[in-house]
Amino acid sequence: MAEVHLPRSLVALFPGVPRRLEAGGSTVAEVIADLDAQVPGIRNRIVDAGPVIRPHINVFVAGQRASLETPVEPGAVVHVIPAVSGGRR
Amino acid sequence: MAGRNLLLVGTRKGLFLLDGDEARGRWHVRGPLCDGWPIHDAIVDPGSGAVFAAGGSNWYGPAVWRSDDLGETWSHSSEGLTYGDDGPKVTTVWNVTAGLDGLYAGVEEAGLFKSTDGGATWRHVEGLTSHPTRPEWQPGNGGLCLHSIVPHPTDPRRLWVGISSVGAFETADGGLTWETRNKGVRAEYMPERYPEFGQCVHKIVMAADGGQRLYQQNHCGVYRSLDGGRQWQEITGELPSDFGFPMTAHPRDPLTAWTIPLNGADRGRTMPDGRAAVWRTHDGGDSWIRSGEGLPQEHAHLTVLREAMATDRRDPVGVYFGTSTGQLYGSVDEGRSWSLVVDNLPGIWSVKTAALD
Repeated sequence: MAEVHLPRSLVALFPGVPRRLEAGGSTVAEVIADLDAQVPGIRNRIVDAGPVIRPHINVFVAGQRASLETPVEPGAVVHVIPAVSGGRR
Repeated sequence: MAGRNLLLVGTRKGLFLLDGDEARGRWHVRGPLCDGWPIHDAIVDPGSGAVFAAGGSNWYGPAVWRSDDLGETWSHSSEGLTYGDDGPKVTTVWNVTAGLDGLYAGVEEAGLFKSTDGGATWRHVEGLTSHPTRPEWQPGNGGLCLHSIVPHPTDPRRLWVGISSVGAFETADGGLTWETRNKGVRAEYMPERYPEFGQCVHKIVMAADGGQRLYQQNHCGVYRSLDGGRQWQEITGELPSDFGFPMTAHPRDPLTAWTIPLNGADRGRTMPDGRAAVWRTHDGGDSWIRSGEGLPQEHAHLTVLREAMATDRRDPVGVYFGTSTGQLYGSVDEGRSWSLVVDNLPGIWSVKTAALD
C-alpha cells in the first residue's frame, strides 16, 4: 500500500475524506484507481482524458515528479499537489 | 405576488445565492459556494427543487454541482462528462438546463451532455458532434463552447442549442439528428455574409408563445424567429449597437424581451458612451425602449456577459443583470427602472432566478 497525501482543495470536494489515505497499486494509475474505489469521483478530479494527469495537478512518488505510468513501491509516499500554474486571477 | 425569491449568481470565483423578500427589495447574500470554483451557470431544477451549478476548476476540471438544501451542502459529478480518452478534452461546463426529460449540460469543447439521474452521471449526445459541419467548427474569443440550451416547452424531442462562432442547431428527434438554424443571420467576419453555419450566436432564448418564437443576440445583430429558427429576421433597429451578449424574454408576453447592447466587438465591449442601459421591446423587436433610470450614466464602462441577465416569473416581472466587474442590478418593474442589488462580487458570468413559494 502507498501512503497518499491529498491537498485541502481536493478533499474539500468530498466531505469527510481525510488528507491522508492508504491505497494499493503498482503504478500511479493503479493507486488512483484504488483511491477512486474508496472515494468515488476523485479520479476525475486528478486525471483527464488521455488518460493523463490534469495539466495543473502534480503527482510526486517518493519526492519525484510522476506520471500515471510511474511505478509505486509498497510503502511509498505519494503526494497529489495543485500546481502554482492553476491559479486564477 | 407571494413567496420568497432566489437569485443564483455564477461568478469567476464561486456561486452566490441571494435570498430575497417578497418585495424583492432586500437580498441576503450567501457565498462563495462550490468551493470558489468558477461557475458559468446555475439553476433551480423545477422538477426536483435541487440547485445545479455548472463550471470547471482550472485544477480539477469540469463538473456539475448539486445541492438539495438550497446551497447548504453540495455534491458534484463529472461522471460521463467526457468525449473519451481519444477525444477532445472537456475543460468546463458553460450551461446547465432542465429539459422535459432530463438535465442538459453544454460544455467546452463544444458538445451537449444529458443526465437522466439528477446529475449523477452524464451521457454524450453524440448526434450533435457527429454533424457533418463539425470538422469546420472554429472557436471564438470565448472558446468553442456550447452555451445556449433551449428546450421546447412541451415536446421533449425538440431542442435548440447555440455554439459560439458556429451557430444555432435544432433537433426534433431527441438529439439523434440536428439541423443548422442560421438562415438570415449575418456573419460579417466570414467571406460569405450569410453562410449555413459559422455565425457567432451569443444567446438564444424562447418566447412564451408555445415553442415557435425565438430571440437571439448575436455578435452581428439582434434577431427573432417566428418558426423555431428556420428563418431569422434582424431586429437590431434603433439599438445603439448590433453587439451584445445577453438576451432574456418575458415569461408570459411573447412580444417583450430585453437586451444590453455593448459598444462593439472591436471597441471594448462595454456599454455605449459609458452610460449604463438595458433596452426592451414590447412589440417583438419592431421597436426598442432604452432604460437607464437608476443605472450609472457616466463612466460606466460595464460589460454584461451572455448568461448574466434573467427574469423572474413574478407580476410585475423582475429583471436582473450582473456585470463582469461584480455589480448586480435588479428591476421590479419589468426593466423601467433599476437599483443596485449588490456590489463587489467577483466577475459575474451568470444570473438566474427561482421562486420559492
